[in-house]
Amino acid sequence: MARNPKTTPPKPAHGGVRPGAGRPKGEPSKVIRLPARLLPAVQALAELPEGALLPSPMPVPLKVPLFGHRVRAGFPSPADDYVEAWLDLNEHLIEHREATFFVQAAGDSMTGAGIQEGSLLVVDRALEPQHNDIVIAVVDGELTVKRLEKRRGKIRLIAENPDYAPIEFKEGQELTVWGVVTSIIQKLK
Amino acid sequence: MSFALVDGNNFYVSCERVFNPALEDRPVVVLSNNDGCVVARSAEVKALGVKMGEPWFKLKDLARRHGIVAYSSNYTLYADMSNRMMSVLGRYSPQQEIYSIDECFLGMDGFGHYDLAAHGKMMREQVKQWVGIPVCVGIAPTKTLAKLANHCAKKNLAGKDGVCDFGRLGKSEFDALLASLPVEEIWGVGRKLTARLNDVGIRTVKQLRDADARTISRQFSVVLERTLMELRGVSCLGLEELAPAKKQIISSRSFGTYVTTLPELEEAVATYIARAAEKLRAQESVAGAVEVYIRTNPFSEKQPQYQRAIAVPLTQSTSDTMRLTRAALWGLKRIFKPGYAYQKAGVMLMELSPAAEVQGVLFGPGNRERPALMEVIDRANALWGSGTLKLAAEGVSKSWHMKRGHKSPSYTNQWHELPRAS
Repeated sequence: MARNPKTTPPKPAHGGVRPGAGRPKGEPSKVIRLPARLLPAVQALAELPEGALLPSPMPVPLKVPLFGHRVRAGFPSPADDYVEAWLDLNEHLIEHREATFFVQAAGDSMTGAGIQEGSLLVVDRALEPQHNDIVIAVVDGELTVKRLEKRRGKIRLIAENPDYAPIEFKEGQELTVWGVVTSIIQKLK
Repeated sequence: MSFALVDGNNFYVSCERVFNPALEDRPVVVLSNNDGCVVARSAEVKALGVKMGEPWFKLKDLARRHGIVAYSSNYTLYADMSNRMMSVLGRYSPQQEIYSIDECFLGMDGFGHYDLAAHGKMMREQVKQWVGIPVCVGIAPTKTLAKLANHCAKKNLAGKDGVCDFGRLGKSEFDALLASLPVEEIWGVGRKLTARLNDVGIRTVKQLRDADARTISRQFSVVLERTLMELRGVSCLGLEELAPAKKQIISSRSFGTYVTTLPELEEAVATYIARAAEKLRAQESVAGAVEVYIRTNPFSEKQPQYQRAIAVPLTQSTSDTMRLTRAALWGLKRIFKPGYAYQKAGVMLMELSPAAEVQGVLFGPGNRERPALMEVIDRANALWGSGTLKLAAEGVSKSWHMKRGHKSPSYTNQWHELPRAS
């Protein structure tokens, strides 16, 4: 009987055609050696349809706001839509970040304005000093905190304590205002 | 094209004066680490003829006679003031290149309909009011010219009120100005290049501008040819808004006292490595080699002199403090010689490359890195202050630690050192 190799493959011990062997047609390929443990991943990769997204081998954690209640089936919390950030005191107290400095008060010349020894003053240099503002001024090369009085062209620095006399500025004398005090922070404990 | 260069006048001195107004109009210098050399001078000190980089001990007599006030450098303060200044200036243009701690370029393209000099004056006034730092502004069609315009603003050679816009000068006026400026005032023209240029008869800015570009390129370099083109108003240098990652990171200090023993030097070197490695990780790089150097005091001529450096290549680039420390200490052991009074040590991380591109090791297993540990160290030190978490190799007593005898308070970042007002 004549053999027909196309319909009845022979079963030789060596050589011959093996199913699945050879290069897939149409696409160039390359032989590589890789650790056996990676085989499933690479096979999965080869089977991905073209253009599909690859799952990340190292998932990146995504940060979400923490909700302050447990999820209950059926009744979502009515507050869910109102989750907001914490209140930030910086945001509340500081308008011009670059121009804002903290200064510590010394002495008792401003006790009438609620400024004690050690009070923390928030000072904004961006503001134009107005009449009645509490300001940090430069007097004799030192920083001083006083109330600014501008009246009828006359400028004075007023202490908020009767024991201290006002500092007067006459014609031609220059007053340097270092910044405007916008808040007084007083720790109680 | 149009650029503005804004730069703080005597920046470190100006920072000190903001918080200590009594220093106004007095001669003030700021000294380098360990109070070694003059790194900033007030106008009054410049008028006394004190040069940049002069060792402080040589100035003690002059200082006594003229009442010069000296400060140790307070870099935390200067960095904070710099950030404030840069942030204010950033409002004046969509493009800003922060060139150094005290100067930045601003892109002025599309501002053609503005009065640029008035724009510059506004910047100047706002920085002075908000931050307290006096600045000068130079405006010109190229970065090199903007630098020069800034120099003219500072020296009051052209423009007014600390602002100089070259665009406002007539041709003959501009030529006369350039003819009056020596060539070494040009950005990138150092002492050696000046001497070489003088040799071929180029002494003024104008002479360089009008020289033959091809001859300059052939006799000197294409870099100088580019400078020449920039002087002609052809912009060759754009703004670099993102600072390129550093190619080397150096950490070195003079010691507060002389150091004679290996263990003390080891502590110092480990400390410098820790600082450098932190910077390395902050820019997301790794180093391929570490250099260590030690030296005695070259100014004390009676003592025996010794200095040596050694580079230690690493098998695999790393940013791991422990691996870098081990390499540096290995190198230190090889160059250390007993019997000398060491005054300075330093380390340099070299062959930097992005951390994402570390090459594997050809022979043997790769090194185990500890990125999580390093991150914890960096974060703890950022939160609770530098040196909170450190290797034991850095030592605890640090007897060699640097002198900063005249440092002003950290006015803006320590609660207990705030300025006080009575």
